[in-house]
Amino acid sequence: MAGCTSLCRQGVLKLIQSLQRLVSGTLTKDRTDDELEMMTMVCHRPEGLEQLEAQTNFTKQELQILYRGFKNECPSGVVNEETFKHIYAQFFPHGDATTYAHYLFNAFDTTNNGSIKFEDFVMGLSTLLRGSLREKLEWTFHLYDINRDGYINREEMTEIVSAIYDMMGKYTYPALKGDVPKQHVDAFFQKMDKNKDGVVTLDEFVLACQEDETMMRSMQLFENVM
Amino acid sequence: MSAGVSAWLPFARAAAIGWMPVANLPMPVAPAENCGGQHHHRKDELVVLNVSGRRFQTWRQTLERYPDTLLGSSEKEFFYDEASREYFFDRDPDVFRSVLNFYRTGKLHYPRYECICSYEDELAFFGIIPEIIGDCCYEEYKDRKRENAERLQDDLDDENKDKAKPPNMTSRESMWRAFENPHTSTMALVFYYVTGFFIAISVLTNVVETMPCGAAPHHKEVSCGDRYTVAFFCMDTACVLLFTVEYLARLFAAPCRVRFARSVMSVIDVVAILPYYIGLVMTDNEDVSGAFVTLRVFRVFRIFKFSRHSQGLRILGYTLKSCASELGFLLFSLTMAIIIFATVMFYAEKGSTSSKFTSIPASFWYTIVTMTTLGYGDMVPKTIAGKIFGSICSLSGVLVISLPVPVIVSNFSRIYHQNQRADKRRAQKMQKARLSRLRMSKTGSSSAFLHSKRNGLFTEALELTTCIEQEQRKDTSLLESQHHHLLHCLEKTTNHEFVDERCYQQSFLDNSSLTRGGYVSSSRSPSPCSQEGVAGTCCGTRDHAPLSNAKGVAAPPPPTYVLHHPPHHHHPTHRPTVREYVTVYL
Repeated sequence: MAGCTSLCRQGVLKLIQSLQRLVSGTLTKDRTDDELEMMTMVCHRPEGLEQLEAQTNFTKQELQILYRGFKNECPSGVVNEETFKHIYAQFFPHGDATTYAHYLFNAFDTTNNGSIKFEDFVMGLSTLLRGSLREKLEWTFHLYDINRDGYINREEMTEIVSAIYDMMGKYTYPALKGDVPKQHVDAFFQKMDKNKDGVVTLDEFVLACQEDETMMRSMQLFENVM
Repeated sequence: MSAGVSAWLPFARAAAIGWMPVANLPMPVAPAENCGGQHHHRKDELVVLNVSGRRFQTWRQTLERYPDTLLGSSEKEFFYDEASREYFFDRDPDVFRSVLNFYRTGKLHYPRYECICSYEDELAFFGIIPEIIGDCCYEEYKDRKRENAERLQDDLDDENKDKAKPPNMTSRESMWRAFENPHTSTMALVFYYVTGFFIAISVLTNVVETMPCGAAPHHKEVSCGDRYTVAFFCMDTACVLLFTVEYLARLFAAPCRVRFARSVMSVIDVVAILPYYIGLVMTDNEDVSGAFVTLRVFRVFRIFKFSRHSQGLRILGYTLKSCASELGFLLFSLTMAIIIFATVMFYAEKGSTSSKFTSIPASFWYTIVTMTTLGYGDMVPKTIAGKIFGSICSLSGVLVISLPVPVIVSNFSRIYHQNQRADKRRAQKMQKARLSRLRMSKTGSSSAFLHSKRNGLFTEALELTTCIEQEQRKDTSLLESQHHHLLHCLEKTTNHEFVDERCYQQSFLDNSSLTRGGYVSSSRSPSPCSQEGVAGTCCGTRDHAPLSNAKGVAAPPPPTYVLHHPPHHHHPTHRPTVREYVTVYL
């Protein structure tokens, strides 16, 4: 019987809804199709396999595998920032990877035109995976140097570190406090900024990294990713 | 992770180099790729899938994108044919196209020409859940599935109806069954026909009652009702008695009496018999005789009792009910037009003498008659302005009524279907089952990481990776272990661990209780979540001794239970947190 009384209440609500619909009608406006913007089809084909092989440190087979994955996700041949963020975010389901993906995108997009072609992608990967230590460090420096002025200042580093912490998400142990990124940045500057002038130049960065054995070992970690 | 995205895992791992300078802790060891004998996993090779004679070829890596399906896991080895070096499946090759396209593109499509049952069977065979059908095809799939379910349900209902009476039904249940399905027993059938006959008699009586029935010589004509009062009264009484008995019997037999009392048929029943009883009660009272006469009108509702007997009436009623909103809107817009024109006509005709347009409501009648092009002529405008507006009214009546009617009819069918589809789509979007399964697969990837943390990782630290260990941990695919390694690196960079929500709340509560409690002794307080012991904790206990003392320490002591002590204590709080204690139990 209790179910019947709740049904009664639902019936009253439905009555009110139907009365409202009676007055206002249910004719919906048709969506005008002219408002659909025609997306310009950008199609980009990369240069030949031999050229890419010469320019990067990958073998032909590795390039083939890379291109297949790339083309599958981006049939038009270029990655725009949205797709890039979407792809990167899928690897970090806990937190928000979009900010860091934005910086990564800028690091890969050497031509600064808002899209990554396959060549840019492969060049970046070649540096990261097969490049010399110095090249890797230079790449990382360019990643941190958001405004490309040749110096890493505190604000840029804070943004990068906050972006990394964002990827952790909310549920961490120990719980993330607000000043953790700041302290991390302080520790970083402590280590890197030799002349204490508040900014880190490329040489300071490379020097400080080469002194840190743990970091050197970590950089070699991803040698055999492909 | 979806198909193409797993191809980007090498990129994501390479990009992790960007975290290295920021990290203060050493990184965990990467899962080694080919340890002896598994070389063919590394080199991309073509596999041939022979489905009932039609050969499909694809890369092995394409299939391995979804390790929890048949083709992506080792289950396909059961179908491997050594002689022809291909995988043979004795299944439908047409449906297999969709299945294979799912691996290639990451989207599952439902072909419209395919039967829903065969499609679902194929999906079940290949271990793919139908919930991941893409949005482009999901609606169609759901529609077909619902139709199929309804068909099955109808079949079941028909079966149930024709089934022999289950042995122990109470008299009440059997009575209800007799009422609902008259053809089940002869008694019910007899009752059904008798009530039908009496409904017809009752309606006929009501009609004949008002006819003029011949006149006595020097009296005016009387209606039959007044002439044969007693006969008609007896007839009425008999009908009402039968209807009352029927209603009470249905009320008694109904499984849910409140619901029955609210149903349309029972309301009609009540309205059909009530005037008689009210008439009985109020016969002597002259004041309400006018109302009593009105009540007799309700007797005509007895004709609706026929809808129990007629399928067609029921369908008509259902149709009207379902398009009530569209019709209502049409009426509403007509009402607006009527009000506008009535007002105009009233003010136009206000000046003329002996005008019939005495008020705006009085003009409504003229407007309706004119707009529906009836034109009775009992009210006509006399002023010139009135005639002008009157003609505008009749012209617009033609437009307002006749033009939109076919448009409304076709609009109705289109909007009806469109709304049904929109509601269905909305309902599907909010469909909890689908959402929860999609969410589970998403959290599956994140909880898989926590799960693997919980389970195997302290063994990883005990031995630096040897191939034997790798072989033993084959239950997680290479892709998964690489992904977990990536997440592990992130943890190391930020010096925080991933936990699931429950653990987080618990640690939050524990921390806040600690601030209140103050001192906590090391022997009695393990870390908030790791109370259950080594293997079953939600936060994961890990043997950090070898890692945090990094530099090439020899094999650490066997199973240790270590509380994690981050080398950098970021929190400038003075309260003794549990993290300050490092306890080693040997």
